[in-house]
Amino acid sequence: MPVTWDAFKEGDEIPVLKKKPGVTQLVKYAAGGGDFNPLHHDFNFPQAKALGSIIVHGRFKYAALGELVSNWLDHGGRIQKISCQYRGMDKPDLEMTLGGKVVKKYEEDGKRLADLELWVKNEQGQNTTPGSATVRIDK
Amino acid sequence: MAKIEITPAMRAVIGVESPPWTHEVTTTSVRSFARGVGYTDHVYFDEAEAKRRGYRSLPAPATYFGTPIFIPGKSNDTFSQPMLPGPRLEHGLRNVLDGGAETEYLEDICAGDTLTVTAQVADLSTRETKAMGEMLIVTNLTTVKNQHGRVVARQRSQGLFY
Repeated sequence: MPVTWDAFKEGDEIPVLKKKPGVTQLVKYAAGGGDFNPLHHDFNFPQAKALGSIIVHGRFKYAALGELVSNWLDHGGRIQKISCQYRGMDKPDLEMTLGGKVVKKYEEDGKRLADLELWVKNEQGQNTTPGSATVRIDK
Repeated sequence: MAKIEITPAMRAVIGVESPPWTHEVTTTSVRSFARGVGYTDHVYFDEAEAKRRGYRSLPAPATYFGTPIFIPGKSNDTFSQPMLPGPRLEHGLRNVLDGGAETEYLEDICAGDTLTVTAQVADLSTRETKAMGEMLIVTNLTTVKNQHGRVVARQRSQGLFY
């Protein structure tokens, strides 16, 4: 169901999105996103060896945060702004839990807007990818 | 570890806008990106569903603004981005990590759109990190226009070199 203005309030968390990308998923992301850095698929790549593993694309997590917010909106609004910072690396085949919370709900220039705080938590509960978004709600 | 020096030649690159490059948004490219992320919402896969939900065609998933046209010898074989003429940022650092990004959207981007993308280095700085030592932080600004000449998205992103 598309999100509506009256259906949420400040402090509400949006439904979480869980991901457990394996190497095959990262290869699919590389194909879709065009980033073929061997750091994300080749365990023999020197940088991967130095880090002890290949790592999940930061951009995969960024796009997944986009999916998280888009799923919540369900086309009842649009993402106006979305950002994240990569603070920690995520390795493949581990579950990440993406979530978000409404931190501000307001009207500006005739638009109904909400600011969200976003996160990507690893299996240890550490937030590897803090982010934020501003969304416009249509109805 | 050697200290990273931001030279005048490196600073000279700041604010120089790249020549434009074309990014295509096609039904196939949208599906491929959405599949790569793991979307299950049919809006990104089924044109009839996209139209039912009010889009012209398959919408570009968040953070996707088309696939840069790839031409061997003119495109970076690893990252698929164009290797555009103009001043290059020469820093001699071998490793790169993505620092993060902020994207602002002004209009929908859908399959069938042809986007024109320009980029510039907006800022250079260094930062001492616990894990990787000193890093060069390159902030890039990317501007995305559609086939009607309207800016549809802007992105500020950071590359970390070490």
